[in-house]
Amino acid sequence: MKTYLPTKFIVERDPERCIQCQVCVNQCTFDAHYYDSQDNMVRSREENCVSCHRCVVFCPTGALTIRRNLLDYRENYNWRPEVIEDIIKQAETGGVLLTGMGDDKGQRIYWDHLLLNASQVTNPSIDPLREPMELTTYLGRKPDKVELDRGSLNLKTELAPQVKLEVPVMFSAMSYGAVSINVHESLARAATEVGTLWNTGEGGLHPRLYQYGHNTIVQVASGRFGVHPEYLDVARVIEIKIGQGAKPGIGGHLPGEKVSAEVSMTRMIPQGTDALSPAPQHDIYSIEDLAQLVYALKEATNYTKPVSVKIAAVHNSAAIASGMVRAGADIIVLDGLRGATGAAPKIIRDNVGIPIEMALASVDSRLRQEGIRYQASIVVSGGIRNSGDVAKAIALGADAVYIGTAALVALGCTVCQQCHTGRCAWGICTTDLALTRRVNPDLGARRLANLLRGWGLELKDILGGMGINALESLRGNRLHLRGVGLTDTELEILGVRMAGS
Amino acid sequence: MKGLDQRQNPYRDGKVIDACSIFGVMDTSGKRFKGEGVITAIANMHERGNGLGGGFAIYGLYPEYADLYALHIMYQSGEGQRDTEAFLRERFDLAHAEEIPIRPTPAIVDAPPVWRYFLELDKRKLNGQSENDYVVDRVMEINTGLEGAFVFSSGKNMGVFKGLGYPEEIATYFCLEQYEGYLWTAHGRFPTNTPGWWGGAHPFSILDGTVVHNGEISSYGINRRYLEQFGYHCTMQTDTEVVAYAVDLLMRKHNLPVEIAAKVLAPPFWAEIERLPAEEQRLLLTLRQVYGSLLLNGPFSVIIAHHGEMIGLTDRIRLRPLTVGIKGDMLYLSSEESAIRLVCPDVDRTWIPMGGEPIVGRLGTPLQPQQKQGILIKI
Amino acid sequence: MKAINQVVRIDARGLHYRELNARLREVVSNGARKVVLQNIYGQRYIGTGLDKAVEIEIFGTPGNDLGAFMDGPRITVHGNAQDGCGNTMNSGELIIHGHAGDIIGLSARGGKLFIRDDVGYRAGIHMKEYQDRKPVVVIGGMAQDFLGEYMAGGILILLGLNLGEGEYHKAKFIGTGMHGGVIYLRGNVKDYQLGKEVSIAPLEERDYQILQKLVGEFAAHFGYEAAEILKHDFIKLFPRWLRPYGRLYAY
Repeated sequence: MKTYLPTKFIVERDPERCIQCQVCVNQCTFDAHYYDSQDNMVRSREENCVSCHRCVVFCPTGALTIRRNLLDYRENYNWRPEVIEDIIKQAETGGVLLTGMGDDKGQRIYWDHLLLNASQVTNPSIDPLREPMELTTYLGRKPDKVELDRGSLNLKTELAPQVKLEVPVMFSAMSYGAVSINVHESLARAATEVGTLWNTGEGGLHPRLYQYGHNTIVQVASGRFGVHPEYLDVARVIEIKIGQGAKPGIGGHLPGEKVSAEVSMTRMIPQGTDALSPAPQHDIYSIEDLAQLVYALKEATNYTKPVSVKIAAVHNSAAIASGMVRAGADIIVLDGLRGATGAAPKIIRDNVGIPIEMALASVDSRLRQEGIRYQASIVVSGGIRNSGDVAKAIALGADAVYIGTAALVALGCTVCQQCHTGRCAWGICTTDLALTRRVNPDLGARRLANLLRGWGLELKDILGGMGINALESLRGNRLHLRGVGLTDTELEILGVRMAGS
Repeated sequence: MKGLDQRQNPYRDGKVIDACSIFGVMDTSGKRFKGEGVITAIANMHERGNGLGGGFAIYGLYPEYADLYALHIMYQSGEGQRDTEAFLRERFDLAHAEEIPIRPTPAIVDAPPVWRYFLELDKRKLNGQSENDYVVDRVMEINTGLEGAFVFSSGKNMGVFKGLGYPEEIATYFCLEQYEGYLWTAHGRFPTNTPGWWGGAHPFSILDGTVVHNGEISSYGINRRYLEQFGYHCTMQTDTEVVAYAVDLLMRKHNLPVEIAAKVLAPPFWAEIERLPAEEQRLLLTLRQVYGSLLLNGPFSVIIAHHGEMIGLTDRIRLRPLTVGIKGDMLYLSSEESAIRLVCPDVDRTWIPMGGEPIVGRLGTPLQPQQKQGILIKI
Repeated sequence: MKAINQVVRIDARGLHYRELNARLREVVSNGARKVVLQNIYGQRYIGTGLDKAVEIEIFGTPGNDLGAFMDGPRITVHGNAQDGCGNTMNSGELIIHGHAGDIIGLSARGGKLFIRDDVGYRAGIHMKEYQDRKPVVVIGGMAQDFLGEYMAGGILILLGLNLGEGEYHKAKFIGTGMHGGVIYLRGNVKDYQLGKEVSIAPLEERDYQILQKLVGEFAAHFGYEAAEILKHDFIKLFPRWLRPYGRLYAY
């Protein structure tokens, strides 16, 4: 049937600048440019453009720009263009609308309503460029106290395994299959260089990357892809994935077209078959089952690695988190409403889950109330955009954050939300061998390391400004936050006062 | 007293901010001495305070009641006194009670009466609690639940005298020149966000532990939340209070020696820890991993005292001053050296300890200047 | 207060610093060229605001900010000093027969500080030089951390005369943020004790001349043998870059 969908983007090509070099034709994976050999002209098929900017960036003469097709509808606060277009799509396909990346709707972003403190007079700011400023973080279970041998200064306490991070930012789970092997390699190398960790996601770990095991978190997700003894053995941390912020409660689906030979080997499933991740983990139907799996993994690795459990931030996250800690998790991960994905139903992505700021605040408070906050470290993710967000997350109580979208943006992603098509022009969210070459791990690793380096320096500036020289002193220290434009209830849940009070 | 937080923190700031002068002196042989020197010394540092608080702690104060809990309580109302005394009679065996003698001092106005009570514990009333925990809880009940009453101190054979005024004025008011003790600490306050009240002056005390403190702790927000997990109620909303509770937790509840407690409050940098020999490294790494939320960040110098020990400590990058002086068995700690020199002109030697390096005076242990053993300092 | 020719004695016992310093300014403006202050216990700002080349001798322990903003006087302390000696001083001399506290010579623009024994944290922090105005700090004992923190000029000499044979200096973060001036250390330090903006260089003829002169002055003040002091090896610390943070910022 003919589609009723209007074109979303207009490609503007400046004829004065265009030299008909066809770079845009070669770079575009959505077939939005073509070369008309008869007229010797490069032209556009704008209805295919997704505004990923690949052509804009690579055009050698800067001849291109992409504009929204400003097709006006009659004003309607309720029936917005996107709402109308979604209905058209469903009428034409009868299917679930899929999308990629994270929730793009207008729910309140609490990071933008939280402000950080600085020292003035009553205590000095500390100079991060000249005096020591410590960002080092240790993730893992901590006891309530330290014990010494009777009458001596010899340490009796043995700590559960701890993982050292040089900066409180790690790379979030993005599966091989959702992203390419070159992206995985870039993440692994950057994490190793900076002294932090990256996460394999649920698609297994390619053997080429075993050498980075010391900085690798491996996931045991509902599909158990690639979960074999060596996988667990090389890892630094094992993460049980219950859910993720982009699609709480539902499973995953990597279409057979994306299951290439390499993906098949890594996931240990036949090539070309769909990779299906069930909605729940089929051996976890209740909290005691989680405890069972946690200890199964600890036994399998002889208690040498911390076990992390990741959930999507949902309404009773506080109670769930308490259960997770008591079930033996050494690290708990909360993935908020804005968490991204390679593919998810749009309606779930945008309507299910809660903002990470709220989840973090309530989980941190609840665990402290129960006296168990230090039995597990808290890691949060879901739309962390810059070092300001990181500092605020730490102040609310997080031990560290995961970044997913930000890391991909560092590699070139422009959040065009087409990941589920597997045609990422930037070579990021694809397993097409020709496209994956567009991410060079040497450069990718450097870009990611640069990002973390810049954020690390900014965090030091922020800490120094508030008279703190060790991250432990900001962690959970909500007195260093104030809210603006928030209701009393929001302030109460965040545990933060209004600016000026 | 009810409404304690309103009294202590009238502008409802995140916490009460103080800056100040501190002084401490201990005779490590246990000989008791009069406080004239201490009072002169703290008065000499007049410039560091603003008259909105002064106080003293004296150890070895009540040898005749050495085994009884001595409570110093101030009253804002007659009713408060009646209710509190009834409460004390009900929960303890009251051996003796009297008003603390004062002398009218022009600078001290609207002074609340301060009484002292010597209490014994009836084992039957303990209900499974240790004696110390029982006393701590009863004091908390008075301080948060009884109208117009506030406990200054609750240790055995020691007491805290404090109020609204310069420390030398408080000393005159409470006739402190008449007392003797083997360990004295003193404090002059310069609060910035409260008009000051009698209970808000330093020292802060819990049982026989006292803290006088100079500086502002930027990690207060998390130090407090960590301590609350262990059942401490930070009703005074001051840095001094969290220091006292932190020491109580680490030393009394977790049985860690003072040198280790100092390494929790003012730990070495990660880079320094990495340069240490293996065993020491493991210890300091573990301490910091477990007790990171008790790290006191920001400028501070404190004098912590309890029976048998006086401890001086500054923050890890030494943003506040502390000078140590030794003369024979006498250990001096002071915000400024001139105060030591004024009261002990022939002091054997004075020096300035490193940031995070605890100076400990211990009963019965002779003083030796600056012996270093690894990263742990013993005096 | 007694006036003996041009030498004036002031007994400072019980005097508040405002009164003391007012008297000091008065006698100096009345022509006194030498003032002896006795029984000093913690009075602050002695010598502040004085711009004549008057000699002041202090018996006791002066309080914080001795010679702050000073421009000319020569102050000798027979005892220890506290924090802030020579704070932002312009010219003049401070000679301390004992130890001193933190931030001595903070932001000094000129003049000389001689301290016989140890100093505290952040000695010589942000000293600056401009054309021929070069502040000088010579410390006979050891320094604590952040020595010469972001020096922008001047000469800082640490002699470590109380170090044992083969013993290293104890200061850490030496010269952190340094972008001007020079530090001479008598004795040795380990690499990790130095700030990242600082490098070690061997001494040249010019350096020896400077040391000869300044160590000579130091020795004369405190009764040492300059030659004995200079026998031991010195190392020179200098800033690696004029713009140590040039590559830190983007856009």
